Amino acid sequence: MTATLKRVLLGEQGLLVIFVLAFAVVSLTVPNFLSERNILGLLQSVVTIGIVACTMMFCLASRDFDLSVGSIVAFAGMVAVMVSNSTGSIPLGLLAALLAGTLVGLVNGVVIAKLHINALITTLATMQIVRGLALLASDGRAVGINDPTFYSLALSRFLGIPTPVWIMAALFVVFAFVLNRTVFGRNTLAIGGNPEASRLAGVDVDWSRIWIFALQGLVCAVAGILLASRITSGQPNAATGLELSVISACVLGGVSLAGGRASMSGVIVGVMILGIAENVMNLLNIQAFYQYLVRGSILLLAVLLDNLRTRALVRR
Amino acid sequence: MAFLEFSDISKTYPGVKALSSVSFGVRKGSVHGLMGENGAGKSTLIRLLSGDQRADEGEIRIDGNTQAYASTRDAFDAGVVVVHQELQLVPELSVAENLRLGRFPARGGVVGFRALFEEVGRVLKEIGIDVDPRARVSSLSIGERQMIEIAKAVMIDARVLALDEPTSSLSSRESEVLFRLIDRLRQAGKVIIYVSHRLDEIFRLCDGCTVLRDGRLAAHHETMEVVTRDRLVSEMVGREIADIWGWRPRESGAVRLSVQGLHGPRVPEPASFEARAGEILGFFGLVGAGRSELMRLVYGADQPNGGSVALDGAPLALGSPRRSIRAGLVLCPEDRKADGIVQGRSVGENVVIASRRHYSPLGVINPRREASVADRFIEALRIRTPSRRQDIVNLSGGNQQKVILARWLSEPGINVLIVDEPTRGIDVGAKAEIYDILYRLAEQGVAIVVVSSELPEVMGISDRILVMCERRIAAEFKRGEFTEGVLLAAALPDRQTPQTAAQRA
Ligand SMILES: Nc1ncnc2c1ncn2[C@@H]1O[C@H](COP(=O)(O)OP(=O)(O)OP(=O)(O)O)[C@@H](O)[C@H]1O
Ligand SMILES: [Mg+2]
Repeated sequence: MTATLKRVLLGEQGLLVIFVLAFAVVSLTVPNFLSERNILGLLQSVVTIGIVACTMMFCLASRDFDLSVGSIVAFAGMVAVMVSNSTGSIPLGLLAALLAGTLVGLVNGVVIAKLHINALITTLATMQIVRGLALLASDGRAVGINDPTFYSLALSRFLGIPTPVWIMAALFVVFAFVLNRTVFGRNTLAIGGNPEASRLAGVDVDWSRIWIFALQGLVCAVAGILLASRITSGQPNAATGLELSVISACVLGGVSLAGGRASMSGVIVGVMILGIAENVMNLLNIQAFYQYLVRGSILLLAVLLDNLRTRALVRR
Repeated sequence: MAFLEFSDISKTYPGVKALSSVSFGVRKGSVHGLMGENGAGKSTLIRLLSGDQRADEGEIRIDGNTQAYASTRDAFDAGVVVVHQELQLVPELSVAENLRLGRFPARGGVVGFRALFEEVGRVLKEIGIDVDPRARVSSLSIGERQMIEIAKAVMIDARVLALDEPTSSLSSRESEVLFRLIDRLRQAGKVIIYVSHRLDEIFRLCDGCTVLRDGRLAAHHETMEVVTRDRLVSEMVGREIADIWGWRPRESGAVRLSVQGLHGPRVPEPASFEARAGEILGFFGLVGAGRSELMRLVYGADQPNGGSVALDGAPLALGSPRRSIRAGLVLCPEDRKADGIVQGRSVGENVVIASRRHYSPLGVINPRREASVADRFIEALRIRTPSRRQDIVNLSGGNQQKVILARWLSEPGINVLIVDEPTRGIDVGAKAEIYDILYRLAEQGVAIVVVSSELPEVMGISDRILVMCERRIAAEFKRGEFTEGVLLAAALPDRQTPQTAAQRA
């Protein structure tokens, strides 16, 4: 009994099982959960985490770490709004934001891969620097969007589903393909499995790591733009603590912190579990402070699960 | 009366029956050989003995008592010490700390380092290992690490000692130190299980032996008196192997690899050599002679301080394995666990990691092609795995080695193949196959450099041998010129006379 339970929970599909069970329980017990309005709201609420998790997955899979994502999201949002406002051109603003995000990612990647500085330390530093830049640029205040077209970006719908959700879905598809079907994706996993052996097998480890961080910056900028559009302003304090939610989602989704193991479907499930937990607490009117407890517990559970799974793999 | 008994042991892994009802016993005060092809189940049996894993069926008895240990700790307490095939030292700690890990001499939680170093130094000297107890393990060669691992087992007063391929990375001199140690332990009445693919060692050391094939007991010999080499080989592989080396004469062509004045951090003196198309060039030397370090410089695994490498006359950019591969120069590294296998990835992925770029247009992989390449090599090298999707860490040591070889054999258009200890941990049958592959590559015009510490191997397959000693290329011999004596004499540092050399080797 416990043996089969263990096998199901720690196996490839374990997370999916947990997810389906949780979803069923929640649908049956929480009023209004299954309403169209709530489900769309739920999807909207995980857009930022979901998008950033795509590249965080690569980062973790290659044994790296990125703490600067929350700051990049806020910074890119600020850049998008401020450049749009001052030039009067939204495309220019978006382009500037994407460039800014990529640039920060590139700096992370170069420092980590070429100067061999620990990823944790590097991104801890850029996390603060970039947040500082966002605060300086706006003098610490939110900057409203002048042109309403900008915030219609988040409000617009296609086939009844909000555009940001479509973008998230598209990124899921793209990054699933990149991970599973491209040399870049396979190399990322190989680097996580054994960086030295990968290098000796001709994998350009430095280049791959730089690319991963640059992509991470770019994708954070996309998330930042969508977030700014949804909250109709650039907020220098937006997305604080995002890095932890994203990493939790990835680990919950079976991405190993020791590198070498990752799947897009797992990450999607991880993101949804976090989203549902938050959504349910809102529906049940649970005080916001408790949400910290729950999020922390979920993270702990995720790491525990990762640990058990790794040990199960070794034991086999 | 057997002191250590295995009775009806079975063990199944997902998709693999690793052992099926294996029973045999070993007397007190004897060394017992355990042999068999790669994947036959030797290490599995050792893992069961060490308490690391549990048998599905059957039991292990020591001195008549059934052992029901649930962990390595329990096995330890029962007096069973195991040296595993893959080393298990902490690279960042000193030799002494590794030897006393978990049992530091301490007062009030403060480690008494002086006492520790003194004690370990004394023990190392006593068992004849010439290593500074203060040295960090990461600074030692693989051979030295292996000795430390064995010393770890000796420091604890064990009743049963199991050694899984302990000499696979030792030089003959170091092996001899180990053998003397084993002889002493035998006299002290211990039971020693000895796993090796090297038949001469089995005959040198063992009082009896057991052969496993496909997880079953294929043969059990109480004594070695009537056992011959050929008989053991056919018991292991199920067929006769006439000449394991199978060397055949070959035409060698133009110079393919030319190394001029190459030197680096661990090869201080500039080294120069050439290898020709169709030639198999052997590199012999004692462990620590600098052969692997030199090859790493040639390949670009380490950055040289100076010198040049040319392939077919064209200079090669140094310090980049990636560019070397693209130019057709590849290296199969010595340390399979650290530099070879990509843990957590499948067998198939480990095979195609380097060569997939040839059929991945725009960086998009071709899973079907990858599968067929992987399957082809799994079959050609007889890699024992339930499928190409198996995680490589689940393969036996010798089979992992075959996967790494397959990685480079699947690379089309190689001009120069450097293999560092290519048959480490590989069984006799597969060895012959690998040599045959090397000959075929050479016949196609590839220049092959073989680094090996196994004297019979270098002598058996090389057309020409360079001997390294103390990080310099010391001598060169052509086929016909080399004998065991001259090679060893050249490999030993000057301060020794040939007589002591012969004794030490
Ligand atoms: N953890 C594991 N999971 C799945 N299969 C395993 C695992 N460990 C070993 N095996 C399989 O069990 C079989 C026996 O392996 P074992 O390591 O005992 O072989 P061996 O005789 O020591 O071989 P070698 O000479 O190559 O070291 C092999 O087919 C191997 O692939
Ligand atoms: Mg083995």
